[in-house]
Amino acid sequence: MTSAAASTAATVAAGVADPEMPMLTLGDLGILRGVDEEPGRVIVTITPTYSGCPAMQTIRDDLTVALRAAGYREVEVRTVLTPAWTTDWITADGHDKLAAAGISPPGPAPRRAAGPVPLTLVPRASAISCPRCGSPETETITPFSATACRSLHRCTVCLEPFEHVKEI
Amino acid sequence: MADAYESLTDHEDDARWAYGTGFSDPLAGVDTTVPSGIDHEDLAAYCLMLGDDALIMSHRLQQWVTRAPETEDELAIANIALDLLGQARLLLSRAAFVSGSGDEDSLAYLRPASQFRNVNLAARADADFAHLVARLLMFSSWRLALFDRLTGAADPVLSAIAAKGVKELTYHRDYAAQWVLRLGDGTEISRGRMRAAVGDLLGGSLVDELFAVHEVEERLAGVAVSPGGVKEEVLSVWGQVMRAATLAEGVGTTAPAGGRPPPGPPPPPPGGGGHDCAGGAFARAGSAFPRAGWA
Repeated sequence: MTSAAASTAATVAAGVADPEMPMLTLGDLGILRGVDEEPGRVIVTITPTYSGCPAMQTIRDDLTVALRAAGYREVEVRTVLTPAWTTDWITADGHDKLAAAGISPPGPAPRRAAGPVPLTLVPRASAISCPRCGSPETETITPFSATACRSLHRCTVCLEPFEHVKEI
Repeated sequence: MADAYESLTDHEDDARWAYGTGFSDPLAGVDTTVPSGIDHEDLAAYCLMLGDDALIMSHRLQQWVTRAPETEDELAIANIALDLLGQARLLLSRAAFVSGSGDEDSLAYLRPASQFRNVNLAARADADFAHLVARLLMFSSWRLALFDRLTGAADPVLSAIAAKGVKELTYHRDYAAQWVLRLGDGTEISRGRMRAAVGDLLGGSLVDELFAVHEVEERLAGVAVSPGGVKEEVLSVWGQVMRAATLAEGVGTTAPAGGRPPPGPPPPPPGGGGHDCAGGAFARAGSAFPRAGWA
């Protein structure tokens, strides 16, 4: 439905901040999969980033609170699992906001050829640039950082550690 | 002014807690209809098997939190455990819905140990960090191969859970493989420990159980993946890592250089075992009720 009210509900939902990376909105992050208005209620559909993402309940609550505050009295938040979220759904705005916050945005998600998932025995050469000084000379400290969706790196020029949203 | 605790126990306002005070069904709002022609009891049993593997492996990984060699590995292990816990929640919820009784919590918390359906590899207590990463390599390679095929399962919920899991397990396997490589092709001590770990894990019936076809898997044609069908791929991945780690020859036949005694019965958990009540229960459940023999 594309009534003015529905587009407003969509705007409200898309503007809710992600609890883990609050510089991003749910719209920026690409986890908002639909906002539909039926008579008397709004149905918001979201998808988790990772299976174990502990922020899903907070996101549901935040969406409900924001939409109620905007005048939508009945809010239903649904989950979809497929298609699985990919970092390719993070918007260009989202990339800019991550970089401005000192977090390196993801590159394109890996594309798989047919056959078994390839094993990476030696960490790939880092193609990640330092979000602070812009140097391409960086190294990976750990592939799992403060949240499942981020890895930890260090710039070998300015020596600052930084996080990177890893491609998935 | 009410007492200070009131604001901490206001159940009308979950949002004041970082992640709420409770969990909601992770499949809330997902279309959970079971396609016609799929046997509910078998599908529930299958989801329980896959869910228990993840739940128990996740708990074993969580035992390493505060015990990992470096903060970075602590974070990695905790993140991998969290991914697996997420997979377990989705799968146990699916099992509960399909069977029409209980929920993820009753399945996770209220079953006796004898009713857990995980493979023994998931429950195996780790003797040291080498043992952990070797076990994680074996587990994640096996599960990744299964999940990759499960993306085509006739149950859309199972297929969606698998599609998400494939992305996660790919990172888990790479992490474990890179550590096996580093330790195997490392110092005399790290190499000795890695050889002992691999020898322990390959020495018993843990591997056979991974690839043994369960009768539920046989009956669920079009839904379940036959673990026998992934054996070649998984062994090829293990072999690739073992060769790169210079561990391919003599695994399990040479005394470890690091001086750790050759593994026999399940080794003690990290930290000396004083905290391992739950782990002990898992291990007993596993050895008394191997998946392959469950009828």
